[in-house]
Amino acid sequence: MTFHSFLIKYGEIGIKGKNRYMFEDALVRQIRYVLQNVDGEFLVHKCHGRVYVDCEGGYDYEETVESLKKVFGIVGICPVVRKPVKELEELKKDVVVYVGEMYPEGNKTFKVEARRANKRYPVNSMEINCALGEAVLDAYPEMKVDVHNPDIRLNVEIREEVYLYSEIIPGPGGMPVGTNGSAMLLLSGGIDSPVAGYMIAKRGVEIEAVYFHAPPYTSERAKEKVVDLARLVSAYAGPIKLHIVNFTDIQLYIYEKCPHDELTIIMRRYMMRIAEHFAKKDGCLGLITGESIGQVASQTMQSLLATNAVCTLPVYRPLIGFDKREIVEISEKIDTYETSILPYEDCCTIFVAKHPVTKPNVERIEKSETNLTEKIDELMKTAIETAEVVTVRQESLS
Amino acid sequence: MEVYLDNSATTRCYPEVGELVYKVMCRDYGNPSSLYRKGVEAEHYIRDAKETIAKLLKVNAKEIFFTSGGTESDNLALIGCARANRRRGNHLITSSIEHPAILNTMRYLEEEEGFRVTYLPVDEYGRIRMDALKEALCPETILVSVMYVNNEVGTIQPIQEAVRCVKQYNPSILFHTDAVQGFGKYRIWPKRMGIDLLSASGHKIHGPKGVGFLYIDSRVKIHPILFGGGQQRDIRSGTENVPGIAGLALASKMIYQDLEMKTALMRELKEYFIEGLRKIEHTVVHGMTDEGGAPHIVSAGIGGVRSEVLLHTLEDKGIYVSSGSACSSNHPAVSGVLKAIGAPREYLDATLRFSMSEFTTKEEIDYTLETLYNCVPTLRKFTRR
Repeated sequence: MTFHSFLIKYGEIGIKGKNRYMFEDALVRQIRYVLQNVDGEFLVHKCHGRVYVDCEGGYDYEETVESLKKVFGIVGICPVVRKPVKELEELKKDVVVYVGEMYPEGNKTFKVEARRANKRYPVNSMEINCALGEAVLDAYPEMKVDVHNPDIRLNVEIREEVYLYSEIIPGPGGMPVGTNGSAMLLLSGGIDSPVAGYMIAKRGVEIEAVYFHAPPYTSERAKEKVVDLARLVSAYAGPIKLHIVNFTDIQLYIYEKCPHDELTIIMRRYMMRIAEHFAKKDGCLGLITGESIGQVASQTMQSLLATNAVCTLPVYRPLIGFDKREIVEISEKIDTYETSILPYEDCCTIFVAKHPVTKPNVERIEKSETNLTEKIDELMKTAIETAEVVTVRQESLS
Repeated sequence: MEVYLDNSATTRCYPEVGELVYKVMCRDYGNPSSLYRKGVEAEHYIRDAKETIAKLLKVNAKEIFFTSGGTESDNLALIGCARANRRRGNHLITSSIEHPAILNTMRYLEEEEGFRVTYLPVDEYGRIRMDALKEALCPETILVSVMYVNNEVGTIQPIQEAVRCVKQYNPSILFHTDAVQGFGKYRIWPKRMGIDLLSASGHKIHGPKGVGFLYIDSRVKIHPILFGGGQQRDIRSGTENVPGIAGLALASKMIYQDLEMKTALMRELKEYFIEGLRKIEHTVVHGMTDEGGAPHIVSAGIGGVRSEVLLHTLEDKGIYVSSGSACSSNHPAVSGVLKAIGAPREYLDATLRFSMSEFTTKEEIDYTLETLYNCVPTLRKFTRR
C-alpha cells in the first residue's frame, strides 16, 4: 500500500484555547525538523484544525514513521491514502481496493466514518457511510459492520481530495518542544542525565546542556561521547546548545584545599553554580539533573539539599523517584543506553574519595568552601569564559 | 611541535606508498581475476608484490598470501593449521604475552573446537621460558606460535632457540610467529630459522592499513577460513586488495633499505631516551634495554601517575604515546603482559609505551623528556588519595 499523507493526531495541545496556534506551530516546526533527514519531499501544513504531512513523490515510509514517532505532542500518526474526488460509484471502487489491500485477511468488523468538509460534494456524510459500508460488505462477505466497537474505523474525508485512513500508529505524546520555555541540563556521560533531558523535553521544554570535562584526567573520547549523547537526545528535543566547560583547575583547587570526603559535593555545588550562570544568561527557566534519591553518595536527601542550596532557579529532577532499572529501560527505548555505558572516565569519578560524605551538613560545606575564597572566583570566571559552545543536532541519516 | 611516538600502534605512510596506492586505486583499478588486459595489469601488481616480499624473506613467491592485516594472518595461521592437522593431534602451544589476535583465536579453538592450549609463562623480561616449552611439548602437539617482538614491552623472543627445541622434539610440529612488530625491524629468514608460518602487517611499516600477509611454507597443510571465489590458490578467497598489496610491497622494500643504519639510529635514540627517563625518580623501564629489546619500543612505568592521565597531558603538548597496547586501550584493563612479566603493582596502571620510527629525531626525544620533567611532578601532586 502506498500512502500519500500522514494525518497527525495531537491530544493535549488541542485543548489549549487561544494559545492553540502556538502549540500547533511548534508541532509543525518540530515535524519539519525531524523530517529534514528523511529521504523524500514533505509538505507539513495545518488545515481545518489538523496537521498533515503530505509526501510528494517517493519517500521512505519506515524512516518517516520512525521520525514522526520522535515528535513530542503527537499522539497518533495515521497513514493516509489520497484519491481525487470522484462521484460516489467511483469512490466505492477506491474504498473497496483500499480495504482489500489493507486487510487481506478479511473477517474483521468495521465502521465507515465519512466527513464531508467539502460541502459541494452532492452526497451527505450519512449517505456516504451507508453506500460505502454496503460496497465493502458486497466485496468482502466475511466482513461485518459493528458501529459500536469495530476493529477498523474506516475514515473517509472528502476535501479537495479524498482522504482514506484507518490505522493509528501511536506517537510519543507530550507537548511540542518550544512551547514551554527552556532549561539547562547538566549532562554527564552517564545513563541518567540524557533520560532526564528527554523527559523534560517531552513536556515541551527546549533543552540546553552543560558538560564538565577535566583534561587531561578525562579524554577527548569522553567528550565525544557526551556530544553523541546530546545528539541522540536532540533527535527528540531539537537542536541542543551544549556548553563544554573545562573544570580541571577548579577541581584540583578543591582537591587541594578542601576535605577529601567533601570533594564531590563541593564540586557539584560549583557545577550547579556554573550551569546556573549559563542558564540565566540564555534565559533558561530552570536546571535539569538526572539525580535519583539515594542512588549515590551525592544524591542522598542531605546531598541534594546541599547542592540545591546554591541555586536560585528551580532544579528539575524528573528521575527523582525512579529506580536504576526503570531509568535503564527508558534509556534503551530512546537509544542512549549503548552510548552511555562506554567506559570513559568522567570528571566526577577521578578523585573520588573512598568514603565520601553521605550526609553533608550545609554549614560545614559552606565553611569548607571558605578555604577557596582566594582563587575560586578567578577560576570560575576563566572556566565560564573559556567554555566551548556547540550546537548539536540530530544525526544526519544520509 | 607534534611528536608521534606511537609507531607500534600505527605509522605514517611513506608518501611514495600513498601515491602508489592512489594510482592503483584510480588508474589501475582492474580486478586481478578479469581476463582482459586491465585485469592482467592488476595481477602484475600482486605478482610483483609477492616477489618483493618473498625476496626480503628469502622464500618462494608462492608462499606469500595477502590478507586484511595482522589479525587475519594470525587467525588464518592458527585456525587454518589447527583444523587441517587435527588428525595428528589436538595440542597447541603459545606464550602468555601474545597479541589478542593470537590469544583470542587460541581461546576460540580451545572453547569451540576442542583443542588443548598451553600458554607458556615468561621471565621478567617477557621471554618465553625454554624449560616450560620443552615440558609442554607432547605427542599431540601440532603447532607452536610465539611472537617475534612483544608489542607492549618490545622484548625479542628467543625464536631460533624455540624452533630448534620444537623441531628436535618432532620436526612435523608447525612453528608460527606473529612478526607484526618484528617485520621491518629485523631481517627475518624463515626458511633458515625453521619458521613455517609468519604474520606481518602493512600499517606498522609505513604502509597502508587493511593489508598484511602470511608466509606459509609450501609443505604446510592449511585450510582456508574464508570461502568464496577461490583467489590466492583457494587459501584466501576474496578479490585481492590490489592498491593495499602494492603499497605493502613498496613499504616493505623501503623499510628494508639501509635497515641496519636505521635501526642503529633508533637504538641510539632509545638508549638516550632511557637515560633521560632514569632522571625521573620512581621510574622503571620494562623489558630489555640492550640488544634483547626491539630498537623502537620503550615501555616505561612512571610511578604515581596514572598512565591515561599522563597520556592526555602529553597529548596536550602534541606528543602521542599509548598506554599499554593501543589495540586494546579502548577498554582500560590492566595489561596482561605487564602482569605476566611480574612488573610491580604500582606500575601496572602507570606504564606508557613510547615507540619510535625511522623518522623520530633527537629533538623530538629531547622535547618529550623536557615535557615529562615538567609535568610529572605536578601530576604526582594530584593523585588519588
